[in-house]
Amino acid sequence: MLDQLNEIEKAALESLQSITDSAALEAWRVSHLGRSSPLMSVFAGLGKLSKEERPAVGSGANRVKVALEAALEERSKIVKEAALAKSLEEESLDVTLPGRGVHVGRLHPSTQQLRKVMGILADMGFQIYTSREVETDEYNFQLLNFPPNHPARDMQDTFFVEADGRGDNPILLRTHTSPGQIHAMREYAATNPDNPPPIRIALPGMCFRYEQITARSEIQFNQVEGLVVGENITFADLKGTLADFARRMFGQHARVRFRASYFPFTEPSAEVDVECFVCGGKGCGVCKNSGWLEILGCGMVHPVVLQNGGYDPARYSGFAWGMGPERQLMLRYKIDDIRYFWGNDLRFLEQF
Amino acid sequence: MKIPISWLKDYIDLDGLSVEDIARKLTLAGLEVDEIKYAGLPMPTYKGGEKHEFKTSGIAWDKEKLVVAEIREVKEHPNADRLTLLDLFDGKENQTVLTGAPNIFHLKGTGKLAKSIKVAYAKEGTMLYDGHAEGLQLMTLKRTKIRGVESYSMVCSEKELGISEEHEGIILLDDDAPVGMPLAEYMGDAVLDISIVPNMARNANVVGIARELAALTGRELKRPTMDNGRRTKKSGQSSAVNGQSVTELVEIEITNPELNPRFVAGLIRDIEIKPSPYYIQRRLRLAGIRPISNIVDATNYAMLDIGQPLHAFDYDVLVSRVGQIGNLSHKIKIITRAAKDGEKLTTLDGKERELTSANVLVCDEKGSLAMAGVMGGAESEVTDKTRNILLEGAAWNFINIRKTAKQHNLPSEASFRFSRGVHPAMAEQGVKRGLELMAEWSGGQIAPDLVDVYLLKPKDPTITVTTKDVKRLLGIDLTAKQIAELLTRLEFKCTVDKNSVKAKTPPHRLDIGEGAIGLADVLEEVARVYGYDRIPETRMSDSLPPQVGNPRHEWEEHARDILTSLGVQEVVSYRMTSPERESRLVAHDEYVTLANPIAPERRVMRRSLLASLLENVEKNARAESISMFEIGSVFEPNKNDLPNEPRKFAIAMTGLRTQTAWDVKDSASFDFYDMKGRLELLLSGLRLASVSYTPTDSAPFLHPGKAAQVSVNGQTVGVFGELHPLVKEKYDFEDSPVIVAEFDLDALRNATPTYGIAPVSEFPPVLEDIAVIVDESVTAERVEGLIKQTGGKIVTRVRLFDVYRDEKIGAGKKSLAYNLTYQSEKTLTDAEAAAIRTKIVKRLEHEVGAKLRS
Ligand SMILES: [Zn+2]
Repeated sequence: MLDQLNEIEKAALESLQSITDSAALEAWRVSHLGRSSPLMSVFAGLGKLSKEERPAVGSGANRVKVALEAALEERSKIVKEAALAKSLEEESLDVTLPGRGVHVGRLHPSTQQLRKVMGILADMGFQIYTSREVETDEYNFQLLNFPPNHPARDMQDTFFVEADGRGDNPILLRTHTSPGQIHAMREYAATNPDNPPPIRIALPGMCFRYEQITARSEIQFNQVEGLVVGENITFADLKGTLADFARRMFGQHARVRFRASYFPFTEPSAEVDVECFVCGGKGCGVCKNSGWLEILGCGMVHPVVLQNGGYDPARYSGFAWGMGPERQLMLRYKIDDIRYFWGNDLRFLEQF
Repeated sequence: MKIPISWLKDYIDLDGLSVEDIARKLTLAGLEVDEIKYAGLPMPTYKGGEKHEFKTSGIAWDKEKLVVAEIREVKEHPNADRLTLLDLFDGKENQTVLTGAPNIFHLKGTGKLAKSIKVAYAKEGTMLYDGHAEGLQLMTLKRTKIRGVESYSMVCSEKELGISEEHEGIILLDDDAPVGMPLAEYMGDAVLDISIVPNMARNANVVGIARELAALTGRELKRPTMDNGRRTKKSGQSSAVNGQSVTELVEIEITNPELNPRFVAGLIRDIEIKPSPYYIQRRLRLAGIRPISNIVDATNYAMLDIGQPLHAFDYDVLVSRVGQIGNLSHKIKIITRAAKDGEKLTTLDGKERELTSANVLVCDEKGSLAMAGVMGGAESEVTDKTRNILLEGAAWNFINIRKTAKQHNLPSEASFRFSRGVHPAMAEQGVKRGLELMAEWSGGQIAPDLVDVYLLKPKDPTITVTTKDVKRLLGIDLTAKQIAELLTRLEFKCTVDKNSVKAKTPPHRLDIGEGAIGLADVLEEVARVYGYDRIPETRMSDSLPPQVGNPRHEWEEHARDILTSLGVQEVVSYRMTSPERESRLVAHDEYVTLANPIAPERRVMRRSLLASLLENVEKNARAESISMFEIGSVFEPNKNDLPNEPRKFAIAMTGLRTQTAWDVKDSASFDFYDMKGRLELLLSGLRLASVSYTPTDSAPFLHPGKAAQVSVNGQTVGVFGELHPLVKEKYDFEDSPVIVAEFDLDALRNATPTYGIAPVSEFPPVLEDIAVIVDESVTAERVEGLIKQTGGKIVTRVRLFDVYRDEKIGAGKKSLAYNLTYQSEKTLTDAEAAAIRTKIVKRLEHEVGAKLRS
C-alpha cells in the first residue's frame, strides 16, 4: 500500500513538471487530487484496512496529499508568473505613438502677461484701476501737461473721433492709460478734498496710436501704468520700487539702469533699462548687443498733473511708470512681428 | 541729431574719454545715443563676455595704410581713356595710382601740377568700403592689373572711407593737410546719433552737447568765437569790418511780437561763392547735411554749431526790389507778418505754395520773401552770382512754425529746431557766427553793426531751490552749495542763501517754467547732473492707501478662468473695424467714427464683439476645431459726446467636438448643446442660479429654430444659438455649423449670485432610470420641473440621458429618459424609492399626459 502511495506521488509529480498553463494545471488537480483520483481512492479505502495498517497508510496518504498540494501551489505560481511575463511582453505599446489630445482653452498671451504684471503689483500693494478707451483731449493730453500744439504731442500720434463743436477738446482714442491717472486722482481726492488719501494703483488697458500696421508698429497695444501719490514720495523711492518690481518681473538678479528722459506728465523723468534677460547682459540680437533692454518709462508725477488731480504739489508728490506687456512678450519669446497679437492665429495662441 | 566727435572737440577737451564713454554719459543724462558711426577713429574691440553698449557701424582707418598724400603729376593712362595715372607722394615714397575720379579727370595729361593736390591715400591691404557696390560692402584693397597697368593702391572717395554715400569723386583735402600723416590722425572721426527729446531742444547743436558733457564731466566748455569776423580762426588774419553800417541800409518792422519776438540782420559784402573748406564739408556730411556752397554751408554750420537757424538773402535782389517800387532811398524794410489766407509764395524748391493765416512771412515793401523759419523764397535765394548777403537770424513762435511745417510738409533742420523753441538770445549769436564763417570762407567784408529788433523777451525765470525740496522730491541730502555747483555747470546763475539757492535760467533755454513747475524743472537738472545712478534705491515710507479693489475687473478675470477651463481659447481683436465688415453679422447705422483712420476697413470702433470674433474664426477656418471667446468693450456712439463702452463677452464654436487622433477617426461637430453645456457651466461657475433658456427671435443672425435667450432672475443677459445659414454663407467658413453666444457682461455681473453649496450625504443614493412618452409640444424643461417639484428634496439630481422618437411611440410623440438620484439622510428602502417613483409618474400622467415607457 505504501509503495502504491509512492507510485502515485512519483507519477503525479512527474506529470506536473511538464505543465505550463492554468487549464492543464486544473486538469492535473482533478486527476491527482480530485475525488476520483488514485490518492483519494486510497483515502476512501482506509476504512477497509486493518487497524494495524490504517495509521501508516493514513499518514502516508496525508503526506502525499500535502506534498502534491505544495507542488501544485509552487507550480501554479510558476505558471502564473510565466503567463504574466508572456502577457506583459505581448501587450507592450509603441510609446512613440502620439497621445490623444484634449481641447484646451488658453488665455491670450497679452492677458497672461497683464496678469503677471498686475499680480506682482498687487503683492506690492497696488490696486487695479480701469477707465475708458475713448477719451477727451483734455484727459488724454491737456490735464497731463501736453498743451495743444506742444511738440510732445509728436511723440504720440493720435486717432481722433469725428465730433462737432468740441473746439480744442476733441474726442480721441486714448494714446496711453494715463488719463486714468487723472480720473483716479480726482476720485480719490473727492473723498476728502482737504486731505486727499494716498494712492497706489495699477492702470491696465488697451491704448491706440496712429501708426501703420507693420511688424514693428501697431495701432493698438496694452499698457500697464503704476501710479503712487502721497506725502514724502521721492525719486529714490521710485528707483527702489521699480528695482523691486524688476526683480520680481525679470528675475532675482535683474539689474536696472535709470536714464534721464522726457515725458510731459513726469519730471524728473527716466527710461528704465533692465539687464537683457536673454543673454544676461553679454550682448545679443534681442538687446542689439547693448546688454540692456528698454523696458519702461517713469518719473515723478509732474506738479501740473498733481494739481489737476486735486493734489497740492507743495505737499504731495508721487511717481508713475508705464510699460507694454506685448513688448515684454516680444523680448522674452523673441517674437519678431507684433501683428501676431491681434492676428489671433491659433497656431500662435496655442504656443502660450 | 548727428554729432561728429571732431566737432565736439572744438568746444570741450575729451582726452581720456573713449567714444563709448562719451555716448554712455550722454545717454544716461537723457541724450540717448541711438547709434555710433565710426568714420576713422579706432572702434572698440570686444573680447568674449564683454558688453557692447551701443549699436555700432562704420569702419576704423588703418594708421599705417591710410595716409594723407599729395598728387604731384597727373598723366594719361596708356590704354584707357577714362582713367588717369597719378604720381603721388605719400610722405615716404612716390607711388603711381590709377583713378577714374571725375573731379581729377579735367587735369588728365596736365603733367606736373603747379600746386599739388592733397588726397586720402590707401595702400595695398587696406580695409575699405567698396565704392562701386550697392550699400556698404567691406573689401580689402588688392593688387591687380587694370588695362595693363599695375594697381596696388588708390585715392579714396568719402564712400570708401565710410564718411558719406558720396562716390562721385575722390576727396580733395584742404591744402594744409600734412603729407604722410595717418588719415585717422588727421580727420578720423566718429558720429553720435542722438535723439533729442522735446525738453532738450536747446541741445540740438554741437555747443549744446558740449555744454552737457562739460556739466557731466566737470570740464570746461570752450565757446565758439563770434567776433563778427574781426579775426578768422584759421589764418589769424584780420578781415576788416568795412563800409556803411547795416543799420543805415536795413530796417525791420515786426507786426506781431508773439509770432516774431526778435529779428536780427547782418550784411556781408563782396563774397565769392565757392565750395567750403573740405573739413567743413566733411563735418556737414557726417552731420547729415549736404554741402552746397560756402554761404549756404555757413548758415547750416552755424545752426548745427549753436542751434540758431539762419537765412541768407541775396542783398542785391532786395535792393532791386526796393528800386522796383520806386523807393529812391534804397533802404530795405523787412516786415514780418502773418500771411493772408490764399496768399501765394514760390519757395526755393520751386513750388508755389498757397498760404494761410497760420503761416508767417518775411516780406519787404514789395511783398513776401520767405516763409518764416521754414523755407526761403525762390526770388531772393543765394545763387552762384550772389555778391552780397543779408543774413537773417530770428526767433519765431514754435507753435506757428510747427503748424506751418506740418501744413506744407516741410520738415527741415530749421523747422525741427524752431518748432521746439529756440531762445531769442540765440538770434544775435547766430548772425554773428554765420557772418564770421562767411567772411572766413568767402573772403567777404562784414558791414558794421547788426539791425536788431527785440520786442518780446522770454522770462528766463529765477527759481528758488531749497535743500528741503531736494530731500523731499529726490530723496537725497545735498547742501545749498552743492546744488548751486551742479546748476552752475549748466550755466544757471546761482546765489546761495543758507539752505536755499536762487538759480536764474541761462539765456539759451526755454524749458524752465515758473513756481512749482520751475522747481520740478530745476530738480530734474540737479538729478541729471548729480547722476541718476548715484541716487539711492529706497522703499516708500508713506502710509498705504485704503484698499478698494476692482470688482468688475476681478469678475471678468474669473469669467476668463472658467471659460478657459472649459476649453475655450481667448482672443483679443482690433477695436477698429468697418460698418461693412460688421454688417455681415449685424447692421448698425451709427458708429464712433475716426476722423483719421489708417485705412477704410478700420475707420470705426466696433459695435459687435461677436462680429470681431467671427472674423477670427474665419481666419482660422481650416483648423479642425475652433472654440474662442473674447471679453472686451464695444462702442456705442453718443452724438458729439463720449461714447458708451459696455463690456461684452462672445463665444464662437465650430468644427469637431473632440480631437481626432490616430485611432479616433470621426467626431461629431459642435452643435447647440455643446454651447449650452458650456454656458451652463459658466453660469454655475459664476454662482448664478434661476437661469432660464427660452426660444428667441431677437437675434436675426441666429437660426430661428436653434436660438435661445438666456435670462437670470427674469433679466435677459444674452443670446446664443447656431448661426443663421444665410449669415454663415457670408463668411468663409467650413461646412460644420457655427455656434455663437453673445452676453452683456454688465447685466450678467449685476445678476445676483447665490452662494449655497449642498451638503454631500454619507448615505448611499438610490439610482434609477425612468422614461416617459410625451407629446412633442411638452418641453424637457417642463418635465424636469415636474419631476423635481414632485420628488422634493429627496430627488437630488435629474439628468436627461436620452431623447427618442420612432413609429412605435407614435407620431408627434417623444420619449424622454432620465437618470434620477434619490438621496436621503438615511438609507432608503426599495419600497420608499418605489413610492417616490410612483408619485412622479402619476404627476406626469396627470399634468402632461405622460405615459411610462416600459
Ligand atoms: Zn541680450
